[in-house]
Amino acid sequence: MTSVTTLTPSAAELHLASRKRQSLIIVICCTVIGAAAQVLLKLGAESLAHPSLLQAAIGIFTNPYLFFGYACYGIFAALLVVALRHGELSLLYPVIALNYAWVSILSVVIFHEHMNALKIAGVSVIILGVAVLGRNGSKA
Amino acid sequence: MTTPVSAMALVLFGSLLGSIGAAFLKAGAVALTRHWTSLAYNWKLLLGVTMYLLSSVFFIMGIARGELSVLYPMVSLGYICTLAWSRIFFHERITSTKLAGVGLILAGIIMMNLGSR
Repeated sequence: MTSVTTLTPSAAELHLASRKRQSLIIVICCTVIGAAAQVLLKLGAESLAHPSLLQAAIGIFTNPYLFFGYACYGIFAALLVVALRHGELSLLYPVIALNYAWVSILSVVIFHEHMNALKIAGVSVIILGVAVLGRNGSKA
Repeated sequence: MTTPVSAMALVLFGSLLGSIGAAFLKAGAVALTRHWTSLAYNWKLLLGVTMYLLSSVFFIMGIARGELSVLYPMVSLGYICTLAWSRIFFHERITSTKLAGVGLILAGIIMMNLGSR
């Protein structure tokens, strides 16, 4: 009996490739939610001024910024686990660094922090790195 | 301002803990099935989340004690360890494309932090 060699990818391989792609997209969404969480926590911290540890702990439930900030972190963790089920850790973990890029952009928009050439270059290089990983991820 | 060794140790430990946490998250995620007990009795997932949270605590403590420009490159340890765990425990392939992507991301993080001084 002769073995059959297929040159085209099998249905299973294609399925795996689409799962990997989905995982990558989920983690990218994750980083946007993670950045939103950080911005909300900063807004919450500013509205509390100088809270004691107890005031901060109560604030998680009474301050809407802090509440939704921590809720975002919960969603972040849940989505990350969903992505990790089928995605590669070595690919998805570095992508979480996109978080830094979004926070840096949001800081300019919301907190009017100034952007300089080095920061813009840094954000661009992180996005480029994720794009390189994305190319790797689209291959099965 | 000089960066004490204790600050470096805290950041390095935080990075290492975060990478181990991520590996447990992956192990826990893989063990999930449609049955609810796979989530309820998932100690790996719980351990992963705990280590991930703890890593940020060590990280913040470290950063409060030293200079960001010295401490941030130490975060790279976490990324390199994660690549190692991925290969050892999950038998993932570490391709040159992946290394290039991680290298770019690390360079970007360092540039951003030099820019925010």
